[in-house]
Amino acid sequence: MSEPIAIHVPLTTSRVGVAGFTIGIAIVAFIAVVALVGNQLLPQDPFIQDLGNRLKPPFWMEGSQPGHLLGTDQLGRDYLARLAYGARISLLIGIMTVITSGLIGITLGVLGGFFGGRVDDAVLFAITTRLSIPVVLVALAVVGLMGSGLGLVVATLGLLLWDRFAVVARATTMQIRSLDYVNAARCAGASTPHLLIREILPNIASHLAVVATLEMALAILLEAALSFLGLGVPPPLPSWGLMIAEGKDYMFFSPWVIMVPGVSLFVLVLGINLVGDGLRNLLGSERLR
Amino acid sequence: MSALLEIEDLAVVFGGRSAAVRGASLRVEKGETHCLVGESGCGKSVTALAIMNLLARGGHRSAKRMSFASTDLLSLSDRDMARIRGNRISMIFQEPMTSLNPAFTVGSQMAEVLTRHKGGSRAAALGRSVELMGRVGITAPEMRLGQFPHQLSGGLRQRVMIAMALMCDPELLVADEPTTALDVTVQAQILRLLATLKRELGLAILLITHDLGIVARVADRVSVMYAGEVVERAPTAELFRAPQHPYTRGLLSCVPVPGRVRRDRPLGSIPGVVPAIGPGFAGCAFRSRCSHADETCGRAIPRRQAGAAHDYLCRLEPEFTELQPA
Repeated sequence: MSEPIAIHVPLTTSRVGVAGFTIGIAIVAFIAVVALVGNQLLPQDPFIQDLGNRLKPPFWMEGSQPGHLLGTDQLGRDYLARLAYGARISLLIGIMTVITSGLIGITLGVLGGFFGGRVDDAVLFAITTRLSIPVVLVALAVVGLMGSGLGLVVATLGLLLWDRFAVVARATTMQIRSLDYVNAARCAGASTPHLLIREILPNIASHLAVVATLEMALAILLEAALSFLGLGVPPPLPSWGLMIAEGKDYMFFSPWVIMVPGVSLFVLVLGINLVGDGLRNLLGSERLR
Repeated sequence: MSALLEIEDLAVVFGGRSAAVRGASLRVEKGETHCLVGESGCGKSVTALAIMNLLARGGHRSAKRMSFASTDLLSLSDRDMARIRGNRISMIFQEPMTSLNPAFTVGSQMAEVLTRHKGGSRAAALGRSVELMGRVGITAPEMRLGQFPHQLSGGLRQRVMIAMALMCDPELLVADEPTTALDVTVQAQILRLLATLKRELGLAILLITHDLGIVARVADRVSVMYAGEVVERAPTAELFRAPQHPYTRGLLSCVPVPGRVRRDRPLGSIPGVVPAIGPGFAGCAFRSRCSHADETCGRAIPRRQAGAAHDYLCRLEPEFTELQPA
């Protein structure tokens, strides 16, 4: 048996990769701070309507008001305050979805990869079944049956987005389960739960961290899509997808109403993906030690 | 001396088709170094894993008898077996570079073995780790405790593995080619260390190797394996002086020994490869490569005595001539 060599092909030159990682962290950190304290710092309330000041443009356009930096929406609510509140919703949904789907996917994947045989067959069957279920259709059915709500969106996405976690956890577990140190731990009298938690999990964690960032970005985009279709967060909660949906009737005369939440969504997802890429490069090169 | 590990007629089958071990018998006395020798694929490592009951998926073991210090290993539950592993029987592996978990420090991995089997505080376990690391010749053990495996060299890692194997004061150490992956100078250090530990702790060692040089240096007794069978068992000196089985003789003639090998002649070799042995194979597995083979080799082969503690599996009568120069 020879030492396994992780073949790591850097996708970017290291300097560019590090820069991307830094930018990604900065973006995500900034949006997280905005989500956490933005609405405490801003004087405007995201829910108070002011029909006299409908669809006021943002600061870089003519006719903007100093009290509304990013203008107002079709009901006169401050757009910046709503954007900050929407960041909270987006991040909350992203994180909660990753936690739920991660728990499900990693458990299934590690069990299938470690035990193989019948257990693995069952896990593979679950993965294929899950992959054949269209997410939007299920969300539609759930909303139709139970009404919409934040908790419901998280539950639906969490129960549907675990497949990539399961696939990656299963594949990496299979690589690791026959490595010498797992056998050595077994020879030292380790129990199966110990093997799974102490020998397998810490050594596949880096792969899972990358999946987690990708899934988080996906969950945020999916929530936006569901909200746009009216299947996600119910109004008046300001989710970014919902803001785009509410603004779509006015986009020809007031394009900023969909531009502002749209660009925010793009920047957040880009930031998360940059973090994911950076993590992959960083942890990948670490494996070469 | 009384037997610590006794195995009679061990058979290991994978997937019901290939027989990796066929009726191997082995006896390791208390406090002795017992070498299991043979070429690749002859079933040495599988025998070790069968003792630990850690055969890979699809592997099945059966034996007439398999006892360790008067405990019957065959009837032991998985849980009781886990209690013996790492506690009373420890094992070290060929490849020290991959035998430690890369995610945890050396100290935490060592301490864990002790707290798992003996309980006690983590601080006490770390203290014992330091003591044992000193014992196996690791300098500055306190510093090593906090290091990760990738910060250690191969020789150091093997020493850590040995120290870890000793955490619970085992009675038997199974070492599966512990020096194969190390360079020659480190090899010698590790072998010397094993010999010292055996002497000082009264540890029995089952050393699996293909290197006859190692056997000559450290073994008290030797079992030679070929194609899943133990073909010859003897005290080390006797085996080197008067090998009986044609395979053992062949093996010994392949080793260059100064003074015995003539420079103008090629070194001995055994033609052919180990045959694949399926179920229902009868007779001597070595007959296709043996120069003494005749038609009777296809029948059941008797186990012959060539000395008080020396037996072998061959139709040939014992011969007590010195091994001829190759």
